[in-house]
Amino acid sequence: MLVRVPKTIKLYINGAFPRTESGRSFGVNASDGALYANLCDATRKDLRACVDAARAAFEGWAHRSAYNRGQILYRMAEMASSRTLEIEECLREVMGLSETAARAEALAAVDAFVYFAGFTDKYQQLIGSVNPVSGPHHNFTTAEPVGVVGFLPDAGMSYSGFVAHLAAILSSGNSVIAVMPGKLGPMLAPLAEVLATSDLPNGVVNLLTESKNELFKQLATHMEIQSLCVGDPALFAEARKLGIENMKRVAAPRKEPNQLAAILDFVEYKTVWHPIGV
Amino acid sequence: MAVKAQARIVKLPKSELLVPAKSKHHLAPTFDFQYAPAPEAVDFVKIEARQQLFIDGKFVAPKSGKYFPSINPAKAEQIAEIAEANAADVDLAVTAARRAYDKTWSKLSGKERGKYLFRIARIMQERSRELAVVETLDGGKPIKESRDVDIPLAAAHFFYYAGWADKLDYAFPGRSVSSIGVAGQVIPWNFPLMMAAWKIAPALATGNTVVLKPAETTSLTALILADICRQAELPDGVVNIITGAGATGAALVGHNGLDKIAFTGSTDVGKRIAMAAASTGKKVTLELGGKSAHIVFEDAALDQAVEGVINGIFFNQGHVCCAGSRLLLEESIAPVFVQKLKRRMKQLRVGDPLDKNTDIGAINSAEQLGRIRELVAAGKKEGGDFFETSGSLPSKGYYHRPCFFDGVTSSSLVSRVEIFGPVLAISTFRTPEEAIQKANDTTYGLAAGVWSEKGSKIHKTAAGLKAGVVWANTYNKFDPASPFGGYFESGWGREGGRHGLLPYLEVQGP
Repeated sequence: MLVRVPKTIKLYINGAFPRTESGRSFGVNASDGALYANLCDATRKDLRACVDAARAAFEGWAHRSAYNRGQILYRMAEMASSRTLEIEECLREVMGLSETAARAEALAAVDAFVYFAGFTDKYQQLIGSVNPVSGPHHNFTTAEPVGVVGFLPDAGMSYSGFVAHLAAILSSGNSVIAVMPGKLGPMLAPLAEVLATSDLPNGVVNLLTESKNELFKQLATHMEIQSLCVGDPALFAEARKLGIENMKRVAAPRKEPNQLAAILDFVEYKTVWHPIGV
Repeated sequence: MAVKAQARIVKLPKSELLVPAKSKHHLAPTFDFQYAPAPEAVDFVKIEARQQLFIDGKFVAPKSGKYFPSINPAKAEQIAEIAEANAADVDLAVTAARRAYDKTWSKLSGKERGKYLFRIARIMQERSRELAVVETLDGGKPIKESRDVDIPLAAAHFFYYAGWADKLDYAFPGRSVSSIGVAGQVIPWNFPLMMAAWKIAPALATGNTVVLKPAETTSLTALILADICRQAELPDGVVNIITGAGATGAALVGHNGLDKIAFTGSTDVGKRIAMAAASTGKKVTLELGGKSAHIVFEDAALDQAVEGVINGIFFNQGHVCCAGSRLLLEESIAPVFVQKLKRRMKQLRVGDPLDKNTDIGAINSAEQLGRIRELVAAGKKEGGDFFETSGSLPSKGYYHRPCFFDGVTSSSLVSRVEIFGPVLAISTFRTPEEAIQKANDTTYGLAAGVWSEKGSKIHKTAAGLKAGVVWANTYNKFDPASPFGGYFESGWGREGGRHGLLPYLEVQGP
């Protein structure tokens, strides 16, 4: 008989795996009711560390070439692919998925990384434009990442759905702070390892777990966060209100995240004019 | 670095020095132009003394029974009385818009919707002289601006979106689009007719109906537009124009019958609207304030850049949300540039907006003039090298001389607060990185300008600026095909171009 030793899953902040500064943790049960793992109960100080990291990483990531971001997202697909066994096991044990369903989920996540890896250098062409203004000016509109995005999925979001939204937000050059609720929490461990081994610059993605919903208000009001993706419909209006001080762009996750719209929810449009003449 | 930059300081050629080096602030021109008055004729324009609401295709008296004066700011004289819509009037207008949406407008084909918009555009062109004169009488902007900028752009906006009405399936390939419903739209006083066009044209092209409230100091051209809608035989209730001040606007955006709110105005009011709409299903787009940076590199064509800076901050008396109100000069050229700027400012003609030679007209209202004076006074207390042009101003009306504060920091009041007047804040930088950092050091993100003759530098700087519109080697250019709107606290959404359709459409499908 195998003795199961519950893991302690740490946070993922600025490319490192720290414990929460509070020293608090909470247990998450496997689908059979036994303790599966202990998760860090992240605090506002942990969140602040994430914002510092995400802010510092943003410009560098946004100004990587689109090709390079695509390479790194594709590397994530490779890393996720080589960890499918571990990911499947976690999905079976924590979420109680069947072997087939767990396999499908793990592969769907790999596919999502691949999908958005191929989108980093194309979405601009689909939504950008050269505008035929009536004066002698060259005028063009491009899409740019919005900045630091706070990602708060609802507890019911699937693992592959989480990965797809994460990849969509990253693909345009945003940095992300995600809070992984409920049964998604334990998935932090394999996912963070995928991210940490994919040449993603430190701080571009930061992953937190918590037990008491303490981080929502801080995320929604933080002046250094430009946009929110809020999954829980009950929190959506509240997020819009709390985010008004710095006019946050608040979006809901997409039912089908593998689409252009999932990128466009987190971009800004810039229009540049230049005279034509000699 | 500092020493190097100092060493590169460019000297102004002797021929351009118009004043003895001793005199610091007073630039006496070596010649004195006298312009003969060139007033635009107004006798062909008839403005009804009492202006009504436009609801369901008819001009009607307000249920409130109240009227308020509209003042010509150039003379501080009343030119008309405007109906003040209360909650009951707002309700009538929204109900009319809903009925028009359900019964006619949403059932009309895109092709037919487009024809109505083309008609409106044509009639606006035909009535352009009347519209320009009324715009200037009501708002105080120079006639050359209303004639050459506001009115043509407003008509062009209708023309542009008219053509989209039957081509929406092409706008976002692979996705299906539909109209939203009834839009409540609130617009500011700085570009009254143009803002009305920016709001109404895309909303109608995409199949929505609207209730629009112009600003209380500039209702007249919106009411002429209502008359134009009637002339164009636009179905009743598709466009409703209600007039009034803040209370009317609040009643409109708070009305439960709206599906969509579009607002252009101050960031404070925009935030309040967004807050009120947050827990409703209403979609919201906002075009809010700005404190846009205007960067001039040492390798810019300086004389052209001076023109651009002048246009950037003094166009429309600086009542422009995207005004280039923060000038960032590369240290090596700062002294020369400020000299040239002063000389050019001295040539600006401030006065009667109806005079075809006037560059800077009247401040839109006594209230706004008071606000500008307050901020200038506070700026003077904080420090900085203050300069304003001399010369006489008309004895009646609301006027403010073009002015600037030189040598101010990013944290100073005049660098941070949107003044919405002819007031420029000037500071310097040493490297392109510092220029971008200073330009982005604001809670706004509406527009920015950059001047350099080096293409690669222009592109690098434009890419680094956090602003929805970047004017490179030009400033304050607008076009219906060009998306306009801001980052951060400058708002949500874009107006103009294909992107300007998005705020008025439901987009479905992958």
